[in-house]
Amino acid sequence: MREITAEQITAVVERLCIDSNYYLPQDVLQALQEARARETTLLGRDILDDVLKNAELARTFDLPICQDTGLAVFFVEVGQEVHIVNGGLNEAIDEGVRCGYKNGYLRKSTVADPFLQRINIGDNTPAIIHLSIVPGDKIKLTIAPKGGGSENMSALAMLMPNAGICGMKSFVKQTVQQSGANACPPLIVGVGVGGTMEMAALIAKKALLRTIGQSHNNPQVAAVEQELLAEINDLGLGPQGLGGSITALAVHIETFPAHFASMPVAVNLQCHVARHKEALI
Amino acid sequence: MSIVLQAPLTDAAIHPLRAGDKVKINGVIYAARDAVHKKLAQLLQAGEQLPLKLAGQIVYYAGPCPAKPGRAVGSIGPTTSGRMDIYTPALLEQGLKGMIGKGQRSVEVIDSMKKNKAVYFAAIGGAGALLATSVSEATIIAFPELGAEALYRLMVQDFPAIVAIDSRGNDLYKNASLNYK
Repeated sequence: MREITAEQITAVVERLCIDSNYYLPQDVLQALQEARARETTLLGRDILDDVLKNAELARTFDLPICQDTGLAVFFVEVGQEVHIVNGGLNEAIDEGVRCGYKNGYLRKSTVADPFLQRINIGDNTPAIIHLSIVPGDKIKLTIAPKGGGSENMSALAMLMPNAGICGMKSFVKQTVQQSGANACPPLIVGVGVGGTMEMAALIAKKALLRTIGQSHNNPQVAAVEQELLAEINDLGLGPQGLGGSITALAVHIETFPAHFASMPVAVNLQCHVARHKEALI
Repeated sequence: MSIVLQAPLTDAAIHPLRAGDKVKINGVIYAARDAVHKKLAQLLQAGEQLPLKLAGQIVYYAGPCPAKPGRAVGSIGPTTSGRMDIYTPALLEQGLKGMIGKGQRSVEVIDSMKKNKAVYFAAIGGAGALLATSVSEATIIAFPELGAEALYRLMVQDFPAIVAIDSRGNDLYKNASLNYK
């Protein structure tokens, strides 16, 4: 057994909250630069120039890239040889979120109850934690702060089992079309197909963590990703939904075995401020 | 080239604006989002006085990050305007002349904009750090208990935006993908 203290986890989480909100990942920056080179409209290119300038400004002066610093979503892999001491895992993560959002001057966006008084909790807790137990003696923490604009435009459908590639693609495109400018395109489109309702949603979110440029390891799925990307860009929404050739930077599909009666499809839209960062303890 | 606008807005300044025009806004604007809109609607319904006079004003749908020491305001980009649609016609009736946000508006909002000669601007969503450089002062003037959702008065210089819907109802979002194709 390897001991890891709650304080260690809290310190790492604080850093992850701040760094993920200040520094856009390299793959996203590169995808935005490539998009700038390929965008066919003048307005679209101007918008992408500003988006790149914004990321640069945030990195240089240690500022939040976007004012919506999101709900703090964590994917946590705990090695089964790890013993967490001096406190609980969830509490340690929440304390890190509390410190990170305070000390990083990040916005606190959580309200205590969703449909009653909606009073701001004031420290951006609780974190949304997706936990898995894995072999080994380490803890891997991945943060993916998620803003409201793109999350609001995400959707799930329980399609007929034989809806096939065509049915899936059509639901994904319809979701992107309806999101218009609200999800802040250019987007990364995370698609989760299969499993149960909540599994489809979870793998759609996980799909957003994949490095841009990496395809699904099943060549048939990878081909659908490429087709969907081209078809989404043909919608013409463009940067900020104001028209153009680049509506999405990437489409990432994740799959899971499904019930023979079902084909759940979840579409998790991610704005161009595609933040995520991981750390290993 | 951008058209330079001074807030509060006059009908004469709004009239020539066309969907697609780039503008730079100077002067005082107000940041308000979901929670403030709900409160303003409740005050109007109760016949009570609002914490700001809306005539000629521009409302920016935004809730900033806290300001770092030495800075006027934290990152402050636009939020989704559509969520404010149900409250907007009542504010336009009170003389609100401009709105800054992102995304499409409802038919009811556009009809009210035409009737009341108002304009809707799009700012770049996700460019909060860049847009903050155009804000020199930010003061909470009402509902401080709402935190980042409070009602703010902002002093802006050369705040960049695009006319998304003009006072005639021309809608850049509606025409965007058509124009592209």
